[in-house]
Amino acid sequence: MLDGRGSIKRRLGARLWLSGTWLGVMALLALFAPLISPHDPLAQDLFAGRLPPFWASGSDPAYLLGTDSLGRDVLSRLIHGARIAFSVALIAGLATAIVGSLLGLLAGYMRGWVDVVISRLVDIWMAFPPVLFAILLIAVLGTGLTSIIIAIIVIDWTRFCRVVRAEAMNQSAMDYVSSAIVAGRPRRDILWREILPNVLPTIVALSTLEMGIAVIVEAILSFVNLSISTDAPTWGGMIAEGRTSIYQAWWVLAFPLAVLFLTVLSFSQFGEGLKDRFDPVLR
Amino acid sequence: MSAFLTVNNLSAALHGYDQRVLRSVSFSIDTGEVLGLVGESGAGKSMIGKAILGILPSAISIIEGEILLDGQDLQKLKPADRRRMIGATAALIPQDPLTALNPSRRIEPQITNRLVDILGWSKADARVRALELLNEVHIDNPERVMGSYPHELSGGMRQRVLIASAFAANPKLVIADEPTTALDVTVQKQILRLIRELQERHSTAMVFVTHDLGVVSKVCQRLSVLYGGKIVENSSVPDFFAGPKHAYSRALLAATPKYTDPDASLLPVDEAVIEAVAAEVLASDKEWRHGG
Repeated sequence: MLDGRGSIKRRLGARLWLSGTWLGVMALLALFAPLISPHDPLAQDLFAGRLPPFWASGSDPAYLLGTDSLGRDVLSRLIHGARIAFSVALIAGLATAIVGSLLGLLAGYMRGWVDVVISRLVDIWMAFPPVLFAILLIAVLGTGLTSIIIAIIVIDWTRFCRVVRAEAMNQSAMDYVSSAIVAGRPRRDILWREILPNVLPTIVALSTLEMGIAVIVEAILSFVNLSISTDAPTWGGMIAEGRTSIYQAWWVLAFPLAVLFLTVLSFSQFGEGLKDRFDPVLR
Repeated sequence: MSAFLTVNNLSAALHGYDQRVLRSVSFSIDTGEVLGLVGESGAGKSMIGKAILGILPSAISIIEGEILLDGQDLQKLKPADRRRMIGATAALIPQDPLTALNPSRRIEPQITNRLVDILGWSKADARVRALELLNEVHIDNPERVMGSYPHELSGGMRQRVLIASAFAANPKLVIADEPTTALDVTVQKQILRLIRELQERHSTAMVFVTHDLGVVSKVCQRLSVLYGGKIVENSSVPDFFAGPKHAYSRALLAATPKYTDPDASLLPVDEAVIEAVAAEVLASDKEWRHGG
């Protein structure tokens, strides 16, 4: 007999599978970019400009996904772009998760003045428009990969802080926390060993979501030319360049856009899938 | 010999409100004695247990009175010492076995944590003790249960685990907060017998919070009837069932089904009685304000 639970489980599996595969492939491409990419992503060939992708007439099999107006290979640039996108996603995503969750846990568990200080800070922080905030920060820090990562952490820690604080408060009210207090266990111990494990699935789901957001922020900043040097192969930069020649060479815009879209979607789906897997009650 | 636990004139209130939720509560328990706290929902039964153990919700605090545990005034101890003292001598059997075990940890550490961290046992000793305890609460395959997560166990099993965990460190005082309310009737009886068995074997002092007078008659030697956070009657169990003194207690008893006469009609608590007891509680408030 097939029960409802069984079919739900299968669907969760497919979600985790598809998003995981896409992210895995992209991560491998990013990791081995110099070995895999068929051309130098920066090499220009003005005689081979705006070549269409392999299935269209007039294409060159050496350039599978075509070339941009300067004759640079779109596929190679995409692969090298993955490298930049994934370093930003992983480093910024994890660092944001750690900073935000730590403050959120403290606020939700300690309450009192700690909670007041952290919560007010979050309120003030969230009143800034994030993109303007990012541009302002980059203007101060200067362009470059490190600045982007710092900007993402500084802006997005509030996202974690709010959710984790609420979740920590929720867990603190549970009977098992009371039991631990009655057992005389130290407060620190209760936070790390009783509450954190129950907040972790939420943190994991948020982290992958944050990685997707980091990819988007990097693309936005590249789009407005505030990321790394202008000819560096970033997905946002490619979209910005492709936009100017969309009628002559749609593929320069379409491929990075599709890859960006699928990657961000995969990150969020992967997180949801992981959360369901981790949750001891749903498991 | 003085009582093991004495609660004197204990009052608690919500922050920012004039109303007390516990109104000058006093009682005492000797070693090996079981005191029943009975009353309707919201009468403050659980609140008393929480006040003793120091786990009141953050919005409620004790405003006066003393709690003497083994001769020590808990209110006068520093918070850390107080927690240590309670951790070493008291334990809680909570109301809802569904939320009282941490869902993301296995059973074993949830029983042994207190032994290892607070009492300094070795991990191996604590494990042996935990297995012994699970045997004591009549769990058939303790090895398997120790490695399980709470959601893999039934409600009755979880309550057994919680009872085992409560008696792990040989507590001198156990507060049972409606330990059978969340269980179905067939399991209730077993769990009650189990609690009684362990309590007698370890001659533990116990506060048994319940709204079920039938349970009180089986488990307790004495009982206190609460209304609106105030004790309206202290009595020994035989005296109480022979004939309660307070009108509210009488009405409460008349509203309880009798095992001896299941066909007898149940009387809802009369409104006049409720008005009278409410007036009495408010009058005591007035007196308290003038006194304080």
